[in-house]
Amino acid sequence: MRTIRFLLEKEFRQIFRNKTLLPIIFMVPVVQLLILPLAANYEVKNINLAVVNHDNSSTTRELLSSITSSGYFQLTHIGSSFNAALNRIESDEADLVLEIPSGFERDLISGESKTLLVAVNAINGVKAGLGAAYLSAIISNYNQKLRLEQWDNAGSATLPVINVTSSNWFNPYMRYQLFMVPGILAILVTMIGGYLSALNIVKEKETGTIEQINVTPIRKHHFIIGKLIPFWVLGLVIFTLGLIVGWAVYGIIPAGNLLVLYFFLALYLSAVLGLGLLISTYAETQQQAMFISFFFVMIFILMSGLFTPVESMPTWAQTVSHLNPVTYFIEVMRMVVLKGSGVRDILPHIGAVLGFAIVFNAWAIVNYHKTN
Amino acid sequence: MPASSSQLLTFIRKEFAHVLRDRKTLLILFGLPIVQIIIFGFALTNEVKNASILAVDYARDEVSSEIISKLKASKYFDVETTSSSHLDILSGFQAGSAKLAVVFPENFASDLRHFNSAALQVITDGSDPNTANTLTNYVRSIVIDYQSENFTTHGNASGIRAEVRMLYNPQLKGAHNFVPGVMALVLMLICVMMTAVSIVREKELGTMEVLLVSPFKPELVILSKAIPYLILSLVNVASILFLSVFVLELPVKGSVALLFAESTLFIFTSLALGLFISVRAQTQQTAMLISLLGMLLPTLLFSGFMFPIENMPKALQIISNVVPARWYYTIVKAIMIKGLGIGALWKETLILGGMGMFFLVVSLKNFKIRLA
Repeated sequence: MRTIRFLLEKEFRQIFRNKTLLPIIFMVPVVQLLILPLAANYEVKNINLAVVNHDNSSTTRELLSSITSSGYFQLTHIGSSFNAALNRIESDEADLVLEIPSGFERDLISGESKTLLVAVNAINGVKAGLGAAYLSAIISNYNQKLRLEQWDNAGSATLPVINVTSSNWFNPYMRYQLFMVPGILAILVTMIGGYLSALNIVKEKETGTIEQINVTPIRKHHFIIGKLIPFWVLGLVIFTLGLIVGWAVYGIIPAGNLLVLYFFLALYLSAVLGLGLLISTYAETQQQAMFISFFFVMIFILMSGLFTPVESMPTWAQTVSHLNPVTYFIEVMRMVVLKGSGVRDILPHIGAVLGFAIVFNAWAIVNYHKTN
Repeated sequence: MPASSSQLLTFIRKEFAHVLRDRKTLLILFGLPIVQIIIFGFALTNEVKNASILAVDYARDEVSSEIISKLKASKYFDVETTSSSHLDILSGFQAGSAKLAVVFPENFASDLRHFNSAALQVITDGSDPNTANTLTNYVRSIVIDYQSENFTTHGNASGIRAEVRMLYNPQLKGAHNFVPGVMALVLMLICVMMTAVSIVREKELGTMEVLLVSPFKPELVILSKAIPYLILSLVNVASILFLSVFVLELPVKGSVALLFAESTLFIFTSLALGLFISVRAQTQQTAMLISLLGMLLPTLLFSGFMFPIENMPKALQIISNVVPARWYYTIVKAIMIKGLGIGALWKETLILGGMGMFFLVVSLKNFKIRLA
């Protein structure tokens, strides 16, 4: 116990002595948490629309005004040449082109059906898909309205209508930040914990101080525990800082029990630090350690469901995603913080992360013995 | 000056030896782009499929069961039918086993028959707004389909249809968006990290002093460090393009030579940024944390390939202008997918070049001050 206390004192002193590293460790997560959730926004608004109008009629004007009043579209160009509108797409001044055919109003009144052409710049699949869906929905609503009017004029009984009302639980105003803040905080805690623990031990290897420790009576597990605890504490502090930013800036108050959250975090941090430790046993230089962790962090972030839903991945990718500790942490963050899920809901996650913690740390310790 | 050019060659050879000797780092440098292309190409999609939803059927009549079977037939949903209460919906959301619930109130069919309207309630797990929105829209369009199939008489077939044509990317494949994104991300991070770390490493180990007191010019020291990374990065560009053409079947529409020229410019800018960091950082750890923690998420978010920049708040749109990856991403997209030439891209090219020059000049200045 006394050995560990001395080791801890040494580690903490080294961390607090480093006047450039310390601000980075604390500032980077706070700044990123302030900025990134505002940037990560899938709500598609301000879609630029170019209209090619071959039918200058009141129906056309009515349709266009119902499109612009939806709030999703900005009319940036009206003309009569399709090619001119297409050039707008090439220069990124328009995302969608809507072509209204000649004789649009006349044919509608005489009871024929008319096709509007919607051409979408589909390079950005998300935006294209949503933009086209919004526009089609507005057009079909307008169509419904037109049909009901015609039906009324014909003097028949009204058509039966099913009204779909929707309510969104946990996030009634559908703020995307609520979704992103817990996820980004999870990534930041992972990155800092993982890098710091991986780099720290390799640094001792590279500068040769590890040899000096190896010849002292300090036991290996003392040494490793002494290395892990400071970063474990740092991780908890950064996480708390992140929660405070989430509350102060985004008004996010965890709906679930904070104890559940911290319990899971404590477990998760020991898994992540174990991974950092494992990387450090394989790397000889800090540069190597950094690139190996960079490799894993990249894959972990992309496969974690932070940006894209895990359920939509193909089966093999879902398997990979379940071998990724970050996936579990992000899910738990969103469940506990946003939905107020309890221990029973996150039991599978606890089991998985416990497994990771045991495997990574055991593997690291075994491998550590070998390399010395 | 033949003497100094042979000196330069010797130095470049030394740096190459450094890079090639470290097999683990090398493996990651070349492996990372390949793994990323595979992940983005085959694993990530924003499309929501196979979402688990609850159908809460209090009505149990022919209309509700017909709509439920239409929901079941859709590839978007895995439907579980229950007749239980709202509490079950809550616990389903909290455990993450359901994303949406469709509630059919009692007397659904008879309301529709007698009052010509009935209310269908959709409740979503709003903690993930994107999925919630998408799923609600799917339900709506299925209900609208059902209505027009069942409640329309033949005399009323007129109407407006929208024909949607997806330009450039008819299958809405993500590849069109992310291949340029991966190129920007990988080149940026690898170049910045490698330059920053390798220069700071020489500082930290004290070998930089030795180099600086040699008759060799400091500018040439830096040049000889940059050249191996430039070549390595160009190899990465080639391998990403190769994968994109032959594995993802995404051809390069514009000029390949122009693409390589622009990539070289971007690599130059990234190397200059790495140099800029290395002048400031005193230890490898600081250099790594700045280039990794500080650059990874911002590059991912502000280049515009995951989240559209025009969605962001104005202030962030302005910030995104200083992220070099954003400009390179626009350039690659324009050349690869739209097939545009340099005429349309001179602005982006100048901005990238200007940024590179700025970083280079500022760092060289500071570098000389250190010499004095």
